[in-house]
Amino acid sequence: MSSRADTSVVTKPAEGLPWTLWMRQVLAILRLEVKKNFWGRRAILIYLLALLPVLLFSAIALIPPDVGGRAEPAFLNMMFAGIYEILILRTVVFFGCAWIFMNLFRGEVVDRSLHYYFLSPLRREVLVVGKYLSGLLTSLILFVSATAVSLLLLYLPLGYSASMKLLVEGHGLRYALIYLAITALACAGYGAVFLLIGLLFRNPIIPALAVYGWEFINFLLPPLLKKLSVIHYLQSLSPLPLAEGPFAIVAEPTPAWVAVPTLLIMTGLLLAFASLQIRRMEIRYGGE
Amino acid sequence: MNETSAQMIVFDDVSKFYGEILGVNRVNLSIAPGITSLVGPNGSGKTTLMNLMTGLLRPTRGRISVLGIEPDRPEQLFRKVGYCSQFDSFPGGLTGRQFISSFLGVQGYTRGESEEMSAKALERVGLTDAANRKVAGYSKGMRQRIRLAQSIAHGPTVLILDEPLNGLDPMARAETINLFRQLASEGLHLVISSHILHEVDMMSDQVVLLNNGYVVAEGDIHGVRDEMDEHPIQILIRCDRPGVLAARVFEHNAVVEARLHTDAQGLFVKTRDADQFYLLLNRVVLENNLNVESVAPVDDDLNAVYQYLISSEGGNPS
Repeated sequence: MSSRADTSVVTKPAEGLPWTLWMRQVLAILRLEVKKNFWGRRAILIYLLALLPVLLFSAIALIPPDVGGRAEPAFLNMMFAGIYEILILRTVVFFGCAWIFMNLFRGEVVDRSLHYYFLSPLRREVLVVGKYLSGLLTSLILFVSATAVSLLLLYLPLGYSASMKLLVEGHGLRYALIYLAITALACAGYGAVFLLIGLLFRNPIIPALAVYGWEFINFLLPPLLKKLSVIHYLQSLSPLPLAEGPFAIVAEPTPAWVAVPTLLIMTGLLLAFASLQIRRMEIRYGGE
Repeated sequence: MNETSAQMIVFDDVSKFYGEILGVNRVNLSIAPGITSLVGPNGSGKTTLMNLMTGLLRPTRGRISVLGIEPDRPEQLFRKVGYCSQFDSFPGGLTGRQFISSFLGVQGYTRGESEEMSAKALERVGLTDAANRKVAGYSKGMRQRIRLAQSIAHGPTVLILDEPLNGLDPMARAETINLFRQLASEGLHLVISSHILHEVDMMSDQVVLLNNGYVVAEGDIHGVRDEMDEHPIQILIRCDRPGVLAARVFEHNAVVEARLHTDAQGLFVKTRDADQFYLLLNRVVLENNLNVESVAPVDDDLNAVYQYLISSEGGNPS
């Protein structure tokens, strides 16, 4: 064991430039966390979830295009809209984000490794931002890709020229971009919700299921309460809204120019609340 | 904040309760530079004190400052403080080098700086050869050392170490104690918790003795011992005629007991004033021409002090 090395002579990060420092810290957190999100032992579930729509659309792609009017653009679009909302948005993205974002903090408490961050000269708010961005990047890569591949598989059986025609001449390309954007916004919104839940609750599964229930019964809620959800704003952006059944309380969709900023503001507020929470957080692994 | 407190770790009437359970109670401490050991049995509050001074826990009552910085300002505190906690767990999938450099990156150091500082810290704890192996494959002692390396990598001025010698083999223990001494000689505060009393005794400038969440004594170990009037200091004098010595020692009022050693070559003396007794001993030895082999206090070490302080019977140290 040498005692000659002197670590104290290395220049410390410049003070008085917090934005530069915070940026470097966020990037360092991103490097650590994204690696963990993709290669950690918890990653298998999100890969399986992301594979679900891909497998379903692969199976659909095997059905010949001339069966049941499958080549019709309207049919394709409605089929995608249904599968997208029920499978991709409400299942894959919802539970995928729950798993990724709740584990950002709760997973580290379970693994007893969160203290390494808490023992760094790092504002805890910066940690929240870094962790959130790592979850967001992971979920965007997985679920936006899953949505994009699903769209590709939707059009694939029609052949290149028919697909291009649908995409360019019809609404195909616009719809595709909207679906990708909805997926991205869902990751951002649900991500903030689940990050906060992971911070607030020792066992976040029950609160996550409560959020799922709230989102699920959104169609039954009065218009004002509908707005206290993520799914309402995402549905408002959908190019092909689905019928919600005879018991639904119908409400005007929120216009995109309101829905998108509202979702982003909600996300920001949730992260701000998470930042307040984490400043009060103690490390007591023994009590977990 | 005055200049003195800016150089000390200060606990001002600090209490911590976990619900109904007492962690520590009414702690008032000022820890100066050098090696300070927190000593106490499991559950005595050592780790709680360390977690409080690093902000991992928040006090229920009272104030703490570390070199004038409050622990709820981690962005300032951990520029100066390194904490090697007892948690034997690591972020998954990292090598020793990646583990240290990643968290230096989180501190804001550039990749180049992080690499350089990691290499130095690894060298300092003797883990350079194992630096590129996954931490998950390290032995317990190596994991202990890699955590130590991580806590010193950024060159802190306060180093807090929770049971840092756990899991180390005797050679590594000796090297680690030397490293602590060297760090202390460089002017660092070292706050170390341990239950291995003779090691604490060997390396500490001062000790804080804890029991059931209370600080029962603090300061230089021999100073603490001197102030324990209810437990006279035991001294063993090995000499050729202990009987002659026994007959004379009661000339000194502070001597409360004299007992011949079983081999008849020594005398145990209990005195409330060791300094005065040594003066008397010198006189008796000269006047009676005694051949003295050794004079040594037998309960002046940390173990004895600790036993006295915490034993409910208040009996002799074992």
